[in-house]
Amino acid sequence: MTTLTDKAASPVRAHVAPPAPKPAEGRTAPMRSQVLTTSFLFLVATYFLMPVWWLLVSSTKSSSDLFRGNGFWFADWNLGANLRQLFSEDGGIFLRWVFNSVLYAVGGGVVATFLAAMAGYALAKYRFRGRGTIFSVILGAVLIPTPMLALPIYLMLSKVHLVDTVWAVLLPAAVSPFGVFLAKTYAEASVPDELIEAARLDGASEFRIFYTIGLRIMSPALVTIFLFQLVAVWNNFFLPLITLNNQHLWPVTLGLNAWNSDLTQPHANLVVVGALVSVIPLVAAFWSLQRFWRTDLVAGGVKA
Amino acid sequence: MSAPIPRRKRRRSAPLMFLAPFGVLFAAMYAVPVGYAIVESLHKMQRSGLGLTPPKRVYAGFENYTKALHDDALWHGVGRVLLFGAIQVPVMLGLALVLALLLDAKSARLKGFFRTAYFLPYAIPGVVATILWAFLYMPRSSPVVSMLDAVGLPSDFLGEDAVLWSIANVVTWTWTGYNMLVIYSALQAIPQELYEAAELDGCGPWRTAWRIKVPLVAPAIALTTVFSVIGTLQLYTEPRVLRPLTSSLDADYTPIMSAYHKAVENNDYGQGAAVSVLLALGTCVLSFAVLKISARLTNGRSSL
Repeated sequence: MTTLTDKAASPVRAHVAPPAPKPAEGRTAPMRSQVLTTSFLFLVATYFLMPVWWLLVSSTKSSSDLFRGNGFWFADWNLGANLRQLFSEDGGIFLRWVFNSVLYAVGGGVVATFLAAMAGYALAKYRFRGRGTIFSVILGAVLIPTPMLALPIYLMLSKVHLVDTVWAVLLPAAVSPFGVFLAKTYAEASVPDELIEAARLDGASEFRIFYTIGLRIMSPALVTIFLFQLVAVWNNFFLPLITLNNQHLWPVTLGLNAWNSDLTQPHANLVVVGALVSVIPLVAAFWSLQRFWRTDLVAGGVKA
Repeated sequence: MSAPIPRRKRRRSAPLMFLAPFGVLFAAMYAVPVGYAIVESLHKMQRSGLGLTPPKRVYAGFENYTKALHDDALWHGVGRVLLFGAIQVPVMLGLALVLALLLDAKSARLKGFFRTAYFLPYAIPGVVATILWAFLYMPRSSPVVSMLDAVGLPSDFLGEDAVLWSIANVVTWTWTGYNMLVIYSALQAIPQELYEAAELDGCGPWRTAWRIKVPLVAPAIALTTVFSVIGTLQLYTEPRVLRPLTSSLDADYTPIMSAYHKAVENNDYGQGAAVSVLLALGTCVLSFAVLKISARLTNGRSSL
């Protein structure tokens, strides 16, 4: 869009206006396209932020105010009461749900990241038979729809009596084939063979080399893998839905859905304020880790 | 280590040791479930005529598959997600590409703010995003509906015709920023000299974008396309969360809902497994088709 205006604007400028003083080092674009671009970007930002604004405003409202008045503006301030009710409802089960989500997402994420790093490092830094095949199989797994796996996992876990335990969510959360793909791509591009050789000459064991050199160099990739897995597990809905009956084990997504599906809607204000609270941990995680988050890994454009 | 293993041998076993922990969990949570689903899809439960003895699990050959292929409700669901994908994926990725190009352009201001605003929904779980939008769709609570009413545009976001696109809106809202960031990172990886050369050759920003930037980030676009297609085929969370709130969504609304409905609610696991297997096959075929097409368009520079 900018670019469109640029092209349209330049001939006009050339003819009508006297040669405009060239902006400093010619790096900044003409004013008009700047305004147009920025307005368009603002418009799109409104779309993305509108529901968030609604959430912020609505979490301060009582149940009845939610259904009257201007939805995009404040009514009577009820945030404190909403929060108190949220954390005391059903014996404080909401906090339990948040804790469960954190346990599943962080626990699963940490283990998945470490395992993916080891596997990706091995696939990138060693030559052995079957290497290509193993990598293809792992890559193929990225294409399998996870809900398709959830049903057989549920049946298998029920045979070993792990359904309705934390393991039913934690075990699947600890595997990230996509993480292996990212780790391998990054290790290939960034861990120098010479460094590994030098460490070997110094008598370091293979695991020690991986642990002290490989992991350290791969740390940007590790943060990225961890964040991906964190989000995936935090967002997972289907798997816990079928494997967890006991609501004390539910992640927060399941709990909120249960409250929301209750059509009598006595929970409307709790659903809203709960939605807000449940979003905070992930946003905080992104906020603190975004400096290390490398989306270029996904696109394959590694510049290590 | 009491008897030192020759270094050569240690090095040969190292990759296996690194791969083993991931491999074990991968087998348990991916390979075995897939095999299990295939086996189960070839069996059915046979109930005795009088219902006096418990149902017996018997081999059924391809009966479950034939049944699935003749299931109109399932085909409707498949048609629905294909239609959904044909519209939603290009719209979302088109928007993501435009936003990425604009944020990469010289004329954009407040880039950090916009990037964060667009990416924020990614940190909001699908369940929560759907609940949020549901409040904005329901006439009782939605300021959007009342605003549209006020200007004489009656809206029925959860009606039979509109609900699919209301779901598409939730998915677009959640994932556009993520896809934008992947494409944006790919743009950032393009060496600056290339632009300078283009500028010297008299390329305007519009041409630079289409002739240089877009082709160079084509692998990133291909990758986001594959992941979006997979995501579309496993559409589940959003319709599942909306279902209690509207009568427009039946139990077989999407193929995954259908598989779940058959396996869990109807207690016909073989049937559900057959649907899952067919769906996984369909997903693989479609993803490979997208990858092949994109490989041709990008002359083999795809990152998968």
